[in-house]
Amino acid sequence: MKFVAVTSCPTGIAHTYMAAENLEQTGKELGHEVQVETQGSAGTVPLSDDIIAAADGVIYAADLEVKGKARFAGKPFVDVGVKKAVHDPKAVLAAAIAAVENAPKAGTAEAAAAAAAPPAASAASSTRKVGAGTKARQWLMGGVSYMIPFVAAGGLLIALGFLFGGQEVVYKLYGGTWEGTEYQDIAGGLPVGFSSGADIQVLLDKAGFAGLLFVIGKIAFFMLVPILSGFIAFAIADRPGLVPGIVGGLICGPIGAGFLGGLVSGFIAGGLAYGMTRLKVPKGVRGIMPVVVIPLVTTILIGVIMFLVLGPPIAAVQSALEDWLSGLSGGNAILLGAILGLMMAFDMGGPLNKAAYVFAAGGLTIAITEGGPGLQIMAAVMAAGMTPPLGMAVATLARKSLWTEAERENGLACWLLGASFITEGAIPFAAAHPLRVIPSCMAGSAVTGAMVMAFGNELRAPHGGIFVLPLISNPVLYLVAIAVGTLITAALVILLMSLDKKKTEEIAHSEDVAEGVPA
Amino acid sequence: MTDLITAELVVLDLVATDKADATRQLAQKLADAGRVTDLDGFLADVAAREAQMATGMPGGIGLPHARSEHVTVPSLGLARVPAGVDFGAPDGPATLVFLIAAPAGGGSEHLTILAALARRLVRPAFRQTIIDAPDAASVASYVQGEVGGQ
Repeated sequence: MKFVAVTSCPTGIAHTYMAAENLEQTGKELGHEVQVETQGSAGTVPLSDDIIAAADGVIYAADLEVKGKARFAGKPFVDVGVKKAVHDPKAVLAAAIAAVENAPKAGTAEAAAAAAAPPAASAASSTRKVGAGTKARQWLMGGVSYMIPFVAAGGLLIALGFLFGGQEVVYKLYGGTWEGTEYQDIAGGLPVGFSSGADIQVLLDKAGFAGLLFVIGKIAFFMLVPILSGFIAFAIADRPGLVPGIVGGLICGPIGAGFLGGLVSGFIAGGLAYGMTRLKVPKGVRGIMPVVVIPLVTTILIGVIMFLVLGPPIAAVQSALEDWLSGLSGGNAILLGAILGLMMAFDMGGPLNKAAYVFAAGGLTIAITEGGPGLQIMAAVMAAGMTPPLGMAVATLARKSLWTEAERENGLACWLLGASFITEGAIPFAAAHPLRVIPSCMAGSAVTGAMVMAFGNELRAPHGGIFVLPLISNPVLYLVAIAVGTLITAALVILLMSLDKKKTEEIAHSEDVAEGVPA
Repeated sequence: MTDLITAELVVLDLVATDKADATRQLAQKLADAGRVTDLDGFLADVAAREAQMATGMPGGIGLPHARSEHVTVPSLGLARVPAGVDFGAPDGPATLVFLIAAPAGGGSEHLTILAALARRLVRPAFRQTIIDAPDAASVASYVQGEVGGQ
């Protein structure tokens, strides 16, 4: 029989290789072929796709998480730990042989079920044969899977802050005037530091425990784009990618690039780091390449690119859009609502979303004192920002097989995130499937925005979602508008995800396998 | 690159009370040779690794090892322990003790050498040659030659 094996151990210098040698030698003795991938400190040379395809079974003699486990999906395997392979390789091989013999025979229903996995496995494999698109998707998912917990933790904490503190918690934390009371900014500088004159005691006195929850949630959100960008780069270039990826993602904040900026910086940073690890350098320099040279050079490059190349056009687009919206505000209200909806859903925190939100929030201040359409515009913008996560919540519930386990869980959180006007809840979906999720969200938000403008709902607060419903005129119609947009988004995204249903389901399944989720 | 092992790092007849004692005696050799800068710091790193999983290997081998910032060059200390010393292997005490000291940072070159060493340890002929070697110098040159270092 032919086997492939993966060995690894905590230090990566002894057991990994002893186990490998043992398995190979014992295989030879017993007349079997064993090919080992040593995932140790000396670097990993991946098994080729052909070898994996030809293998009858898989031996995991690994004390660390197996890298690229999805490549082996669907094959019979034994999972023994590295120690067993060092001390008793014969027993390990015997167990592996038994696993192969007990595996479903070809032609049976079970074998057919098992056979459904291999195409997915080869799609998830990271060797040359994989198409560029699939590879880019894997890198993307690498980043997204690390980001999802940040979205859930941060979003739910912010929602809890609203729940316990009411929507005035935002004024208490970040300053402004609410119902005649003027508040100072105390938390605007977090997580870097409290705003001047404030500390944690001031925060608790002014905003209470709800304020603390809100602030903690905001700090988790602060890391959302850096984590996305950092782990995309990590997926591409391994450890050298992490620094430029995270720094590039952090820079998306000041330049207002949003999560789409994070995708760009992740791919650029990963590419730079990968390129540099491939450079042939003199022996003397090689030792300091991973610790000094690569981090330094890639970080300078990504920083300069983000600030100087990407930053200015983004800022220009944003201010141009704000001007354009001001010009539109005298015209057709329903059209304006639809445009604002499109912008809110396009980049969820990026330049378009910000332009729409800043336009609405700015108009709100004027409208509260001087009147005008500002209150309706605010209502439209908030509703349009609620439908993307709500739409994804519905879609993940309605068609489970299209999504990974992590996505379905994120979908559950999206109910509360959407209801709280935390549009970021939809970012993991938009980042993983941009071409299918973003248009769906835009369509739903545009309809909702237009409907709110048509209904003439008015909102006197710039945030708060469902928690400020009492402040909204005609709340029933407002909810109708949100429900319609939500259903449109959900229906569209299900449709688009189903266009290549088989492949989508396979990829979702293989990513579950890679993440170690039981089928 | 400095040789992984030299004659000064080989002890032909080590007498040790337990594995910590055996490890300390070998580590002292590395420290004497200037390959380990802080003996106690290095031993603490080895002990931490040892605590994760016993390094007694089948065939009478004790393999204490660590990647440590107190190590300057990748080094191998080797002792024959005729009376045996327990390294926690299921098949009995170790009569050969290999102390692997790897620097914490740096490239993967020396790790490739250590990987080659780990693979050799599994082979009975490799162990027997060391046991039968007449003196420290021939042990050192045999091991160095086998693992492919310069």
